[in-house]
Amino acid sequence: MFNLDATFAALSDPTRRAILSRLARGEATVLQLAQPFAMTQPAISRHLKVLEGAGLITRRAEGTTRPCRLSPAGLDAIDQWLAQLRTTLEKNYARLDQLLAEPPRRTRKDRS
Amino acid sequence: MSSLSLKTEGDRHVVVTRRFAASPEAVYRAHIEPALIQRWMLGPDGWTMPVCICEARPGGRIRYEWSDGQGHGFHLTGEFVELQPFSRIVHVERMHLPEPTPDNRIETRFEPDGEGTLMTMRMTLPDAQTRAAMLATGMEGGMEDSYVRLETIIGA
Repeated sequence: MFNLDATFAALSDPTRRAILSRLARGEATVLQLAQPFAMTQPAISRHLKVLEGAGLITRRAEGTTRPCRLSPAGLDAIDQWLAQLRTTLEKNYARLDQLLAEPPRRTRKDRS
Repeated sequence: MSSLSLKTEGDRHVVVTRRFAASPEAVYRAHIEPALIQRWMLGPDGWTMPVCICEARPGGRIRYEWSDGQGHGFHLTGEFVELQPFSRIVHVERMHLPEPTPDNRIETRFEPDGEGTLMTMRMTLPDAQTRAAMLATGMEGGMEDSYVRLETIIGA
């Protein structure tokens, strides 16, 4: 199993999820990944480093570029699904905490 | 107090535990009363549950429909198996993405824990293909704008 914290952190960012989605369609260079996001290449490179650290992507050297691809091992890992489940549940239960903290109002329909 | 624990059990189950600062009755009711469910069981920010059918009796139907307000959504159907107020719920559910995922049997327990409640939910892990479909759905929900831009560029 990969480190769960690293996976959660990697998937918590919408840009990184979008990068993964793009890579699901095939290998891409930093330049290609940077185009749709209006972000600098260094900014994209930082995201790639996080994804690489979480085991979600791998990079290879090809001349002066380092194309990225999804890591089958990382994607097969159950961790990724668990990370998404955890994120969803944490958001849900935080809302439930707030709901439970409200004063009871079951028998009162005349609240102002 | 409120941290979530999520652990795998063997290679088929996930066990989630969470404490709440309310009675087991209150937490149990929040899991079976539609007006309450619609206020918290919403997933990512910005999503709502416009349809919530929850017939809390053995054999009773469950149908939750989620929407992101921009024409995207998915739904879940299920049936209650057993209910022990205010301590235990057993139900079966499946997501429609839109293909239905395999049935997931979920047991949820509510136990007094000091002034609050310890909730334990034991569910079945989806198979690899189902996980991939669910991940794809979740990604779309959270990143629709980026996704649309990508579609344009990739020409898919």
